[in-house]
Amino acid sequence: MKRLARLLVPSLLALASPSVLAAEGASRPLNWNAIGMFLLFVLFTLGVTRWAAMRTRSTRDFYTAGGGLSGLQNGLAIAGDMVSAASFLGISAMMFMTGFDGLLYSLGVLAGWPIILFLIAERLRNLGKFTFADVVAYRLAQTPVRITAAFGTLTVALMYLVAQMVGAGKLIELLFGISYLHAVMLVGVLMVCYVTFGGMLATTWVQIIKAVLLLSGSSFMAFMVLRHFGFSTEALFAGAAAVHAKGTAIMAPGGLLSNPVDAISLGLGMMFGTAGLPHILMRFFTVADAREARKSVFYATGFIGYFYLLLIVIGFGAIVMVGTDPQFRDAAGAIIGGGNMVAVHLAQTVGGSLFLGFISAVAFATILAVVAGLALSGASAVSHDLYATVVRKGQASEREEMRVSRIATLAIGVLAILLGLVFEAQNIAFLSGLVLAIAASVNFPVLFLSMFWKGLTTRGAVAGSLIGLFSAVTLVVLGPAVWVNVLKNPSAIFPYANPALFSMTLAFLGAWLFSVSDASERASQERGRYLAQFIRSMTGVGAAGASQH
Amino acid sequence: MSPQQLESIQRHPHYQALVREKTRLNWSLTLAMLVIYYGFVLLVAFSPETLGRPLNGGVTSVGMLAGVLVILLSVGLTGIYVHRSNRRIDPLNEQIKQECAQ
Repeated sequence: MKRLARLLVPSLLALASPSVLAAEGASRPLNWNAIGMFLLFVLFTLGVTRWAAMRTRSTRDFYTAGGGLSGLQNGLAIAGDMVSAASFLGISAMMFMTGFDGLLYSLGVLAGWPIILFLIAERLRNLGKFTFADVVAYRLAQTPVRITAAFGTLTVALMYLVAQMVGAGKLIELLFGISYLHAVMLVGVLMVCYVTFGGMLATTWVQIIKAVLLLSGSSFMAFMVLRHFGFSTEALFAGAAAVHAKGTAIMAPGGLLSNPVDAISLGLGMMFGTAGLPHILMRFFTVADAREARKSVFYATGFIGYFYLLLIVIGFGAIVMVGTDPQFRDAAGAIIGGGNMVAVHLAQTVGGSLFLGFISAVAFATILAVVAGLALSGASAVSHDLYATVVRKGQASEREEMRVSRIATLAIGVLAILLGLVFEAQNIAFLSGLVLAIAASVNFPVLFLSMFWKGLTTRGAVAGSLIGLFSAVTLVVLGPAVWVNVLKNPSAIFPYANPALFSMTLAFLGAWLFSVSDASERASQERGRYLAQFIRSMTGVGAAGASQH
Repeated sequence: MSPQQLESIQRHPHYQALVREKTRLNWSLTLAMLVIYYGFVLLVAFSPETLGRPLNGGVTSVGMLAGVLVILLSVGLTGIYVHRSNRRIDPLNEQIKQECAQ
């Protein structure tokens, strides 16, 4: 059980579990319903991109959609970023296999959002303009802090992109019957189109459209499952326990978090990793003010929570409605297409082949929307943090900055496609775990300290980020995900699958130590500027407003 | 803002009330969320049999109910935060902004 959990857990975020999916082989017939609906989605979103392109003139439009989105729109987009193909297919698959443990995983993602709301959402909006580096560099030295933050952003964005690309390629191969190469190219090209032409406005609307489609599709599935069980959850759970190999044990914790250190570490990584993901942090700059930022997290938490409630019904429903149906099992008795396909099979059971096509198209759309956000956050780190601030010292014109951001998007797109092809056959399940650990250890501690602790200095911020990066990467490599699963050593040097507890602590300690020991003139000036920053973060006086359209 | 302006905002009773209210609201809700979530996680780690116990003699377990409650409480706490912020903190904040603009 523990081994199973270890294999499953890191693969969830990116659904990058090639070993599971590849086992089935690629020779599936083309799924025309799915392809037709997906083409419809692509045409419609390209139309949206055209509309957005006409409204994207300034850097502010490009990075933050002009800062004029409403709380509801931004809340849907945030929810869209969190309810990915990975959580839809991966968590329902976990519930199908282990029952209750799947629920544990979804709770970690959800529980981070209230904390983000209470501690950082409004301050972020009051202090920043385009990227989270704006906030960290508010009273610190621009060049070193921007370079470190851009490095953190690009590392997270690229790793996440690779995980998504490989997951997408395998999934699309399976769902649509088109080849891995074509799938990866298609995702890369569409992503670059959305971002270079439509900027944040197009990226956000693609995300909103997809979130609405996924939420309504899942609602329909959950409704049909509940109807099958006479709208009684007790009947649903009883039915699932009656046919599942584990019996009523599926209603109890099965050992996913049996080790308290791993449990807390995983929880920390998921909570604060989310608060350190650059494409999520960027969303807080797309609303007019702190009040709208607050509203957007409230909506987002509501939608994410609702989605996970639906997943309980879908996952347990699949145990009965998919698990007992021989048409979904191959000759050896395994689920056709691998465990991650149970939600897709359930779609066929409750809605026929047309609805199956719809859900497949939505899964594809989900990946597109997430990678577009990632590419945009990576591009903004290059053009806004590195080019405009570090290289040109704030002297770049809007046109130059826009041009660099578009070139950067293109470069990131090409890189993502290439890496997606290179890593096709690799076991990259560790990547998604590593992404969250890095986000929680590199970005979050300095972002948090820059807002809450007067004593943080440039030296402390840079040291804290680097220590967090180094320790997160080292511990993942020495841990079971890489040392055992990839490098095939018999046992891990670092026993825990989730390094966040240790790497985050080290990052905080490092930032603290290198700040308090910093006696330079610059450091004392930086501490002196905290008051002005604190007043602005609390009241919003002087915060960047929305642009007029 | 000039040092004098900063100084005067800092000493302003409305500003001090704002900081007090916000700090209390932020940290008490954060603590509540951490207790709820980690309480649940530690229960899973140390006493899984409590969560596996059936509820009212049926199949539905205590843990399933607890998990759903964690989801509902997370959403509930954000609701409390938004409500309190809109009702009590925003009016204070508006006053401060207006006084600063003068």
